[in-house]
Amino acid sequence: MKPPNKLSCRHAFTQTLTEEAARDNRIYAVTTDARGSVTLNDFANQLPDQFFELGIAEQNAAGVSAGLGLSGKNTFLCGPACFHSARNVEQIKNDIAYSNANVKIVGVSGGVSYGALGSTHHSLHDIALYRSIPNISIILPADFEETVLATKFLAEHDRPVYMRLGRSPVPDVYDGNTRQFIFGKANILKDGSDCTIVATGETVAYAVQAAELLKEEGFTTAVLDVHTIKPLDEEKILEFAEKTGCIISVEEHSIYGGLGGAISELLACRKPTPMKIIGFQDEFLPAGNSKELFLYAGITAEHITKQTIDLIKTSK
Amino acid sequence: MSSQIQSEDIPNIAKDIRVKLLNMIYNAKSGHTGGSLSCVDILVSLYFQILCYDPANPDDINRDRFILSKGHSVEAYYATLAAAGFISDDELSTYGVFNSRLFGHPTKKIPGIEAASGALGHGLSIGLGMAIAALKDNRKSRVYVLMGDGEQAEGSIWEAAMAASHYHASNLVGIIDYNKLQISGNVDDIMKISCLKERWNSFGWNVIEVDGNDILALIRTFEELQQNQEKPTLLIAHTIKGKGVSFMENNPAWHHKNPTEEEFKRAISELESAKE
Repeated sequence: MKPPNKLSCRHAFTQTLTEEAARDNRIYAVTTDARGSVTLNDFANQLPDQFFELGIAEQNAAGVSAGLGLSGKNTFLCGPACFHSARNVEQIKNDIAYSNANVKIVGVSGGVSYGALGSTHHSLHDIALYRSIPNISIILPADFEETVLATKFLAEHDRPVYMRLGRSPVPDVYDGNTRQFIFGKANILKDGSDCTIVATGETVAYAVQAAELLKEEGFTTAVLDVHTIKPLDEEKILEFAEKTGCIISVEEHSIYGGLGGAISELLACRKPTPMKIIGFQDEFLPAGNSKELFLYAGITAEHITKQTIDLIKTSK
Repeated sequence: MSSQIQSEDIPNIAKDIRVKLLNMIYNAKSGHTGGSLSCVDILVSLYFQILCYDPANPDDINRDRFILSKGHSVEAYYATLAAAGFISDDELSTYGVFNSRLFGHPTKKIPGIEAASGALGHGLSIGLGMAIAALKDNRKSRVYVLMGDGEQAEGSIWEAAMAASHYHASNLVGIIDYNKLQISGNVDDIMKISCLKERWNSFGWNVIEVDGNDILALIRTFEELQQNQEKPTLLIAHTIKGKGVSFMENNPAWHHKNPTEEEFKRAISELESAKE
């Protein structure tokens, strides 16, 4: 595994958003006593007229963001993913999505980023929740570079989106040569014919590493980075299901309702394909830091490799 | 605002709206009768004397904003929007019909409606966002949010109340349709909200009480509020649930009850005979 980038995806987001907002005064950032954890301090200091602190009150913050979004402001509601996918869901559903307000909800320290703080601070339900609300898209960038590109996209996009970011720096998946973020289109990181590993967010790096281990074992494995979970790149997933005959999904989320759920629903209806879902089981987690919890859930290159070999052997 | 309308004509508009909303509810066999009737005078005072808007250009950035946070009083709202020229009177007859634009709670499908509402406790936050945007843009737009009294139990309202005074949202007016009844009975028996004035005052709001079924008093109060304010304002509008139909007044059974044919005819007859 490569060493992580010096900076986290949170920094990629806030640095890019600050640059974009300096050019476009319609961009507003709203937060809920989370400017430090989002890394919004520079934004707040440089662009105080475009920054709103609303205190520890996520419901009101979502409603106020909707009002700003409905008044011509491109509004970024930023805070911990665990709270901004639970405490204010009704405001997100009605005031933002149903009312089609120009609001981007940016949930930071998503998944199990907060590790030992426990399940109150985990967001392993957020993708399932946002998937079930119409008129809101879902983006999980894989690394620093992809977060920069996704943020630039969001600065121009005028419809509701949820973007989840992790807390700690992660290894670069993109080396700067693959500068591509097309909303709703998965990136093909590796081509192959034996199996396809489909991953999202921080787990993409593990999928890439697993593909390299699989190569050593004599298997060629495709890897798709599904940075946009909704709308899902259905055609590309169907194409790779056809081409490789089996699919394994990897995500920092409950095994219910996330990326694996979305792919299962697609394949069950359009092209039944042998599949495995790697993610967190349906339980509140033991104490542990995020790395330990990834290991506990089997989000490691070694585990993905083993599961992929099992899948290839049982499905072909 | 329809500048041709004189304030003396507004009571008759209110009666027409009451007749129309009862027709909608009777024909659809669904609706919130009592709370719609109680807030009609507030709506007409705003739409025909106070709010700046242009039905031909409903998205004009400089318009005033109105949000019906008590979204269940939608029948009164639709009838008011029709009288104000945002939708046709004919469309009102589609209420309750499959695939109508007129849902049982407000949506943005209708010109003039600023945000979907119906889940309680949301409107004041949305209105605050709009008020902040107007202040930031140096627009003179004012934002009016009509809430229910039972709705005051929603915690999110108090989050918004706190934030509005924190941000000096002087262009924001909250209105409580204080008819003292909710679906299960007396508001204070369900959850005590008495001392409303003191509560809102303590959250940093300017608080005014008014007879919410007295159109001239409402207009006078709203006009005073258009003068320079330093704080957000909360108007406690004392109203009568079911206002205008004697047997519906002050009876919580009419919160969500549909009239029989006989009740409907009696109600319309009472309203028609009371027209000036």
